[in-house]
Amino acid sequence: MFESLSDRLQNVFDQLSRKGKLTETDVDTALREVRLALLEADVNLKVAKDFIRRVKERAIGVEVQKSLKPSQQVIKIVHEELIDTLGAPGRLNLDGPTPRVIMLVGLQGSGKTTTAAKLALSLRQDGRRPWLVAGDTYRPAAVDQLVTLAKQLNLPYYEEGTEASPPDICERGLQAAKEAGATVVLLDTAGRLQIDDDMMHELQAIRDRTKPADILLVADAMTGQEAVRIADGFNQQVGLTGLILTKVDGDARGGAAISMREVTGVPIKYMGIGEKLDALELFHPDRLASRILGMGDMLTLIERAEQAFDEREAEELQRKLLKNQFTLEDFLKQLQQIKRLGSIGQILDMLPGMGRLRQQVDIDNESAQAQLKKVEAIIYSMTPAERRNPKRLNASRKRRVAAGSGTTVQDINVLLKQFREMQRMMKMVGRGQMPKIPGMFR
Amino acid sequence: MASLRKGLSRTRQSFFGRIAQALGATEINDDTWDDVEELLIQADVGVPTTMQLIGQMQGRVRREGITRSDQLIEALKDELRGLLKAPTPLNLSGRVLSVVLVAGVNGSGKTTSIGKMAYRMKLNNRRVMIAAGDTFRAAAIDQLKLWGERADVPVIAGMPNSDPAAVVYDAVSAAHARKMEVLIVDTAGRLHSNFNLMAELVKVRDVLRKVVPDAPHETLLVLDGTTGQNALTQAKKFQEAIDITGVVVTKLDSTAKGGMLFAIQQELDLPIHYIGIGESIYDLVFFNPATFVDSLFENGNEE
Repeated sequence: MFESLSDRLQNVFDQLSRKGKLTETDVDTALREVRLALLEADVNLKVAKDFIRRVKERAIGVEVQKSLKPSQQVIKIVHEELIDTLGAPGRLNLDGPTPRVIMLVGLQGSGKTTTAAKLALSLRQDGRRPWLVAGDTYRPAAVDQLVTLAKQLNLPYYEEGTEASPPDICERGLQAAKEAGATVVLLDTAGRLQIDDDMMHELQAIRDRTKPADILLVADAMTGQEAVRIADGFNQQVGLTGLILTKVDGDARGGAAISMREVTGVPIKYMGIGEKLDALELFHPDRLASRILGMGDMLTLIERAEQAFDEREAEELQRKLLKNQFTLEDFLKQLQQIKRLGSIGQILDMLPGMGRLRQQVDIDNESAQAQLKKVEAIIYSMTPAERRNPKRLNASRKRRVAAGSGTTVQDINVLLKQFREMQRMMKMVGRGQMPKIPGMFR
Repeated sequence: MASLRKGLSRTRQSFFGRIAQALGATEINDDTWDDVEELLIQADVGVPTTMQLIGQMQGRVRREGITRSDQLIEALKDELRGLLKAPTPLNLSGRVLSVVLVAGVNGSGKTTSIGKMAYRMKLNNRRVMIAAGDTFRAAAIDQLKLWGERADVPVIAGMPNSDPAAVVYDAVSAAHARKMEVLIVDTAGRLHSNFNLMAELVKVRDVLRKVVPDAPHETLLVLDGTTGQNALTQAKKFQEAIDITGVVVTKLDSTAKGGMLFAIQQELDLPIHYIGIGESIYDLVFFNPATFVDSLFENGNEE
């Protein structure tokens, strides 16, 4: 996987390792790494070059703050410039005569239809009266898809099948929504390539006949170098007012967002962060900036943990921890939940600064997974009573468990020792002390 | 072939057209290598593969005494071809029922590709059936049924939001009973980073095996051709979960350059079977490395 930018810069500056002002050589060396990080994140090459030029101007001669290492100073500047480049989150243009028309455009499969439904739901939650209009007559069952979503959410919609032309449908849809008292009308359009002239003319016709307050490009966060041409093409031909980034819940770095923002100059307004219809949120430039730089993505880890962990189980666990009733059964449950987060290596990748640790200790994924399996087997071979009270495990019981789990008595002793250590730590946490964790990743 | 050229011509003009320009008949110098690097990066070839290609080409230039930039094109073509493997035909014969499992992230083009594949197989007089395993996305079943009608292939579907494993079990049983030769199984789009959805996919695969023990005989990953470096991660994660046997790359009629294709073969050694080059039912063609690279370099005037 990607090496994080902070790890890379750390390596570079370990070799230089000086304090004081950032010299041009320091900056150039560091920026080579920044460039690679940006390219690996799918930032367009030309956009990356411009960006690097701006960072260089900003960085040379900067006094390295006392509390920071030179590498951290550079990262700080890069991070700030990235947030500036990504820009403040944009808001929808909702002020003015109603109904406000919002038109969604984009390539095939970028997520327009789903986003239309999500956006309508979010607008209704804000107290507006949204309508959905099914303007994609090309993709098989696209109209059905929008109608199904509208019915699920109990939202009003307009559709007339696939016979009429999309500009006619959109205009009539707007009229129907207006008569019904809608305050916002969302136009779903067919996916199209920005180089398809006929299809782009159709978008222009829809635009000219419905006068949208917002024309939003819906774009996949996983898009590569192509992002620039897509965004520029749509912007040149229909004039965008904003961007919506979809599939941000994946693990793509999302550098395409910078490219599209740079080439169009329009703000990113929303991000799609899941399959559920409420999984749309306002754009957070700081979160995306950290992610593009690969500076750890704690938020993704937390989100994934939330998905994998059962909330009630977690509360129960917390209660047990505080009361010091943590048993091997709970330990087993915990192990299984951790396994659901992904491999040990994957989890480390998401923690800031862990990439370096991972290199140093060379954590072997397979042996770590094998170790987990062994622990599971041992606990499974115990009786429920033994799991709740491991003190019951005398020599003969240990031999039985070893035979049952295909391990040795020694393995069992190691596990029990680790478990006692863990219980001790839990006790301290329960009393509000922070325990030291020696050799956590041995 | 004409449709492939037409579909790829934009790709060619925007990428290799410029490389040809950049590598005019001049002496090779540092700028030349920078140009090559930039062009490869902009084609989504990715940093590691680009660096490797440049290293190999620099070696060749020294060994073969190449001095002029335009001679580099041939060398580059050669290296690019070297990265691509000719795919073996889909492993879909020699048994009663062959099963193709199709997976990929949301919006990559699974359903459309399945429609086109079914049509191709139907043209070859195969008895084909499709299983509507995407029970999650609104109207995905309707979409697949319309493709089934176009391709004249039966589609077995359950109720929306029902258990996909159950639908797939019914379909594979039906395919068996109706003496089908090929069953293509559609699945819901899912991000490879979503644990629960990847576990569901494994379950779908395992259910197939209850009826046909050695199924699936092909497990195809559908990748969006406009995807950047994440394509590799996708391929790796799907491979870990369900042992991908090959790749279909879609939307290559865009100006996207398909460079991730090189990286995927290079790192995962997965054959690329088909590429999607348009919205009609005919717009799925066999991937042919030699033709792919050649047509990229042709001085086409199809536009």
